[in-house]
Amino acid sequence: MRAGLFIPCYVDALHPEVGIATLELLERLGVEVSYPIDQTCCGQPPASNGDQESAARAERVFVRSFAECDAVVGPSASCVRQIRDHLDALEQTDDVRRVRRATFEIVEFLHDVLRVESLPWTEFPHRVGLHNSCSMVRGIGLASPSEVMGPAFNKAEDLLRKVKGLTLVPIDRVDECCGFGGTFSLTGGAVSARMGLARVDDHVRHGAEWITSCDVSCLMHLRGIASRQRRDVKFVHIAQVLNGGPM
Amino acid sequence: MRRAPVVRPAARAAEFIAQDAIHEPAHDARLWDLRVRRDAAARGVHEWERLRDLASKIREHTLGRLDAYLEEFEHNAERKGIRVHWARDAGEHNRIVFDIFRARGVTEVVKSKSMLQEECGMTPFLEERGIRVTETDLGERIQQLDGQPPGHIVMPAIHKTRADIARLFAREIGSDAGNDDPRYLTESMRRSLRERFLAAGACMTGANFAVAGTGAFVVCTNEGNADLGASLPPLHVASIGIEKIVPRTEHLGVLVRLLSRSALGSPITRYTSHFAGPRRGGEMHVVLVDNGRSRLLGREEFRRSLKCIRCGACMNTCPVFRHSGGLAYGSIYSGPIGAILGPAMDERKFRELPFHSTLCGSCTQVCPVKVDISDQILAWRRVLSAGAQTPLLRRQAVRTAGRILGSPKILRAVTKAGRRLLAGAPRILAGSRLLSPWTQHRDLPPAPRRSFREWYLDERKGRGTKQP
Repeated sequence: MRAGLFIPCYVDALHPEVGIATLELLERLGVEVSYPIDQTCCGQPPASNGDQESAARAERVFVRSFAECDAVVGPSASCVRQIRDHLDALEQTDDVRRVRRATFEIVEFLHDVLRVESLPWTEFPHRVGLHNSCSMVRGIGLASPSEVMGPAFNKAEDLLRKVKGLTLVPIDRVDECCGFGGTFSLTGGAVSARMGLARVDDHVRHGAEWITSCDVSCLMHLRGIASRQRRDVKFVHIAQVLNGGPM
Repeated sequence: MRRAPVVRPAARAAEFIAQDAIHEPAHDARLWDLRVRRDAAARGVHEWERLRDLASKIREHTLGRLDAYLEEFEHNAERKGIRVHWARDAGEHNRIVFDIFRARGVTEVVKSKSMLQEECGMTPFLEERGIRVTETDLGERIQQLDGQPPGHIVMPAIHKTRADIARLFAREIGSDAGNDDPRYLTESMRRSLRERFLAAGACMTGANFAVAGTGAFVVCTNEGNADLGASLPPLHVASIGIEKIVPRTEHLGVLVRLLSRSALGSPITRYTSHFAGPRRGGEMHVVLVDNGRSRLLGREEFRRSLKCIRCGACMNTCPVFRHSGGLAYGSIYSGPIGAILGPAMDERKFRELPFHSTLCGSCTQVCPVKVDISDQILAWRRVLSAGAQTPLLRRQAVRTAGRILGSPKILRAVTKAGRRLLAGAPRILAGSRLLSPWTQHRDLPPAPRRSFREWYLDERKGRGTKQP
């Protein structure tokens, strides 16, 4: 299996450790990983602001970077959701459609494509709260949304349960938005911060020592709020946990 | 034409949060509780998702043949002795209603809750012309006495605490300001409203559904106020939006089962009254109102918003709404559904509403008639952005972001410069115009030594230590 590694712009700039964990994790699982060096971004910042013309610039680079890959894998449900559902500022050529179909979030890739059964190198003896982000649940379907009546599932939890020593902490509002929302974190600051603090406190109240998620953006926002409000909890991306813990 | 000022929901929400440590947490907790009750009620109906599917199809089918169903409704209603009027817009609606009252010498009216009448600005219109209008839904009455529009389409005063209401009632109807027992407050209002019911020359209602096949319309309440109103004065005028039509009575078997479960988590509203003609010796009028609906019907990307049955489930589930308060939206329809109906009514005034959202998608999943609310919020952003209806600075920032993200070389340079600033001068960065909206509420992350890309080039393409 050959895969192109998709490292979203803010992961590249601010959380390289998440990119490294994703790369190492894929390699441990025998995937041949290439990293297209000239990639930029999924185009979400302009796209979710409604600016399709600007989004097209980033989309073009994305498609060009990954056109040769069998699969594209990245540590961000939000960016993968953008590629899959909203990369539509470009003409939908065969290349565009193929890249959109071939793009996976890391947990999804492990769970559905590689069908990982065990993660023998992992150990994380901590109480962990899983932030089921909107993009994970309602975006790319990693878990059953709490609003919809039907059988419950959660692929991220499935993988976390394979991690030695890890205790998943139940929370009250299982898939409530943390308030990041891209530029909403700037334009709707007060509401965004209240939503973030409510999420952090839900986890803290239930005794979580760590909060993890498939979305670095949510974690960045939550970490910033927890630090400002002096909440005693740490943050780690799920790829790091599945790769054996934070470096 | 006089242009209404642009509503700034984020600023109004910030005020709602900042007022004290009581209102915003209480608003969030109460509405979340309704979401929990809705989930429990939905779980109790094993065919819930199939009902949503059916409801969505019924609504879409009806909207596709709205003209025919409306005429069928008119025909059947008139046969039952209901007078049917057609209003193109809010102004026509208000004049029709006023003319009915003036011709009959009516000077006092009791009304049950109607979002459409709110939308038309009917109460101020009638009051300016000497007709006293009294809201009889408890929540609406609270809002009327406080001079505020409703903060929620189902629970108009949900943003108020019991203490707020005790103070308001003491001021307005002379109850005890120190007694905030809900039973006492409700009883005080019941007594005060009885006088208005008895004095009224006419009753007004809205309608939740109007059945084409029978010409009857359905009003759902939990307080019975619409029924009391319709039973006392001999004149009943109902305002009905043209999208409220259902083809046959049996379709209510789907929609009514979804309505109250979605709204409040109760199986059905306490009163689900079918009005099928005037009382003996009385008169019944229906005003069918367009007010922008047929225009919306003609817009392919937004027409599905007309499927809405006004249950408010999208508001209860929306965390942005719960933490903002309904009045922040400055619109009769607030929350997610307001974010797509608002700009359809006044693109300029409500241009910020679609941006007051995280696009979390919960509204779409909870909607009993499957309106794709979240996707329509995004579609509105596209329309508003393309029409230059977004603030210039934001538009320029977004365009600049597009340029940076469209060029690997520029992005690399910006990443590097940003990381250096974050490492060397975090205070300056935190105080910058660009980042202060972030740092007002959040600490910045520590700067990594290298970007992922630099690490990759050092470690995987060249040599070096394995430390980010």
